[in-house]
Amino acid sequence: MAEEIKNFLYLNRRAPYGTIYAWESLEVVLIGAAFDQKVSLAFLDDGVFQIVKGQDTTGVDMKNFSPTYAALGDYDVNQLYVERESLEERGLTVDDLMHLTWEDEDEDWAEKDSIRVVSRAELAKIIEQQDVVFSF
Amino acid sequence: MKFAIQINEGPYQHQATDSAYLFTKTALEKGHEIFRVFFYHDGVGNGTRLTTPPQDDRHIVNRWADLAEKYDLDLVVCVAAAQRRGMVDAGEAERNGKDATNIHPKFRISGLGQLIEAAVQSERLVVFGD
Amino acid sequence: MSELHTVNKSPFEKSSFDSCVEHVLEGSAVLLYEDGVYAAIRGTAAEGKVKSAQGVKFYALGPDLKARGLSGERVTDGVEIVDYAGFVDLAAEYDKVVAWV
Repeated sequence: MAEEIKNFLYLNRRAPYGTIYAWESLEVVLIGAAFDQKVSLAFLDDGVFQIVKGQDTTGVDMKNFSPTYAALGDYDVNQLYVERESLEERGLTVDDLMHLTWEDEDEDWAEKDSIRVVSRAELAKIIEQQDVVFSF
Repeated sequence: MKFAIQINEGPYQHQATDSAYLFTKTALEKGHEIFRVFFYHDGVGNGTRLTTPPQDDRHIVNRWADLAEKYDLDLVVCVAAAQRRGMVDAGEAERNGKDATNIHPKFRISGLGQLIEAAVQSERLVVFGD
Repeated sequence: MSELHTVNKSPFEKSSFDSCVEHVLEGSAVLLYEDGVYAAIRGTAAEGKVKSAQGVKFYALGPDLKARGLSGERVTDGVEIVDYAGFVDLAAEYDKVVAWV
């Protein structure tokens, strides 16, 4: 049982800064990365705002934690599913998001995109395939 | 069956911890195992021994503590979330130079890895939040 | 794998219920509890969504309905009322629990 590898999905449905959920859930992802489980993140509903580029918190005196998303690739967290309908409902396209990448060790450290835009129907199936879903 | 419970909200403000408590208690009464109850975000506030609700209200902290006593429950408060919100045990008080502690003796403060481990070791993770 | 989805917020306050029902697959279930039970009430804007979810079973937590003054007769046809023991049974019966907090 202890050796079992599970599929973990972190369900991100909240915008950053208005509440601490996004930042503290990212802390779980970073800690969880050390556990050798198969990890993916889903960004849907207001969660898509978490990875919008150009975040600048200097005027609100809060920590800008958005650079941490770019570090996820170094933690082998490179399956980031972003729901297309959630983007569209919020007037966003993938160009509004940070360019998040990871380096594939098996392909001579080729840089690859971590973000995969998926439809709502596809995301429903992705959720279905998981063993554990974390919600914050 | 083995359950892990995650609680994201503090006592009284949200019903989350009430629901989690009743779920946990019922699961134990039905003979299930609760691997761990993990308190995260404002949920860390469920672990303060200084809570004093009015006489005619439920005592959320003591209720968890009593359940822990009866079933030997593992009640874990996340250290990172606890530090931000001023939840302190003796070790944390010493490390951070604080002059008081407020953690209830039936709770313990530990790292986020405890949540991940609980999810790995349990057959179900049930999350209660806002 | 089958899922038990849980919704604990009013469908009139937050998008949790709407988002949940849009991601629920056939063979799974939705448990409405806390303020989520308002989505289980007949004659609300949520009723149509409950009724049109194909192959999805809906449950509402009885103690939360009662606390809010909602009798069983107010609940949409097809929604089954369960107690906490039923909640625990559902969490064990389905392969995992997905919380739409």
